Amino acid sequence: MSKVLVVTSGKGGVGKTTSTAALGAALAQSGQNVVVVDFDVGLRNLDLVMGAERRVVFDLINVVQGDARLSQALIRDKRCETLSILPASQTRDKDALTSEGVARVMDELREKFDWVICDSPAGIERGAQLAMYHADMAVIVTNPEVSSVRDSDRIIGLLDSKTKKAEQGEKVDKHLLLTRYDPARAARKEMLSVEDVLEILSIPLLGIVPESEDVLKSSNVGAPVTLAAPTSLPARAYFEAARRLSGEKLEVSVPVEKRGFLDWLFKRDA
Amino acid sequence: MSFLANIFARRQQSSSVAKDRLQILLAHERSSGGESGESDLIRQLHKEIMEVIARHVAVDQDKVQIKVDRGSGCSMLEIDVEVPQELSGKRTS
Repeated sequence: MSKVLVVTSGKGGVGKTTSTAALGAALAQSGQNVVVVDFDVGLRNLDLVMGAERRVVFDLINVVQGDARLSQALIRDKRCETLSILPASQTRDKDALTSEGVARVMDELREKFDWVICDSPAGIERGAQLAMYHADMAVIVTNPEVSSVRDSDRIIGLLDSKTKKAEQGEKVDKHLLLTRYDPARAARKEMLSVEDVLEILSIPLLGIVPESEDVLKSSNVGAPVTLAAPTSLPARAYFEAARRLSGEKLEVSVPVEKRGFLDWLFKRDA
Repeated sequence: MSFLANIFARRQQSSSVAKDRLQILLAHERSSGGESGESDLIRQLHKEIMEVIARHVAVDQDKVQIKVDRGSGCSMLEIDVEVPQELSGKRTS
């Protein structure tokens, strides 16, 4: 049974694309067939984060409009053979996506893959609504910061009203992914804590991804963090999140680096 | 006590200020604002109910109050229409 998952947030810059790449790769690394689909038409970036920017020939819009076959547009990842990417167009505008065309492509993707992961554009407009429309599940990427939490609340409202599931009287299965989390600052009460965000948004927690330099290092070299730095804290958080998405019951813990005594002495806040 | 606690806490615990502000804001936005399905429904209901009433009585738009209370089990839609005085006599004829 294939699943369509949308990675969304409302607010930009919270880590949708990074999380799409990392979750997609983590699921693919576990042997499942995964495609990551970039819905951010005009501002595509998933190809760049995945290191496939020079291999794009056809894109989502070409397939939606019938100018290319799906198999021509799909790019298979060179490091992980069960992972594919369907890039967005950089030149066309988002009105080129029709709801009927998207529905047809999503059906076709469902047949080929176990997971169809849609990277939503920021905002709550048409592009974001098209990305979420076919979703069975949603990952809401949120930073522990007021504007991000507010926008996530808005997106949760849209998932409950503007999706195919909602129209059929069902619910999209929603999960919170808290990114750029700094446990030390949360402990000092300078940052909203996991509990605060969960209490406000009241959806189940999928994972906590700590703020980490490994995330930027990975996108610099064009690899999902789970492939570039598989033992790093963020990668471990994404691996666990992927296992929870697959149905495993795992306790969510706040990720902390285990430090030696000298590290602790000299780099307490690092 | 909580007043004192607030004064002393405010400087260090900016996170609790953030949480309080969000909770107040979202309680308001969830019941009234935005493009969520529920508020669309309320706007639609408001419009249609007003059309039906306007067919029979001339009612001032300002004298209609519509309120929604979202509960855990069910939601309450409350509609309060103020009907002009002279009508109560006319209607029976």
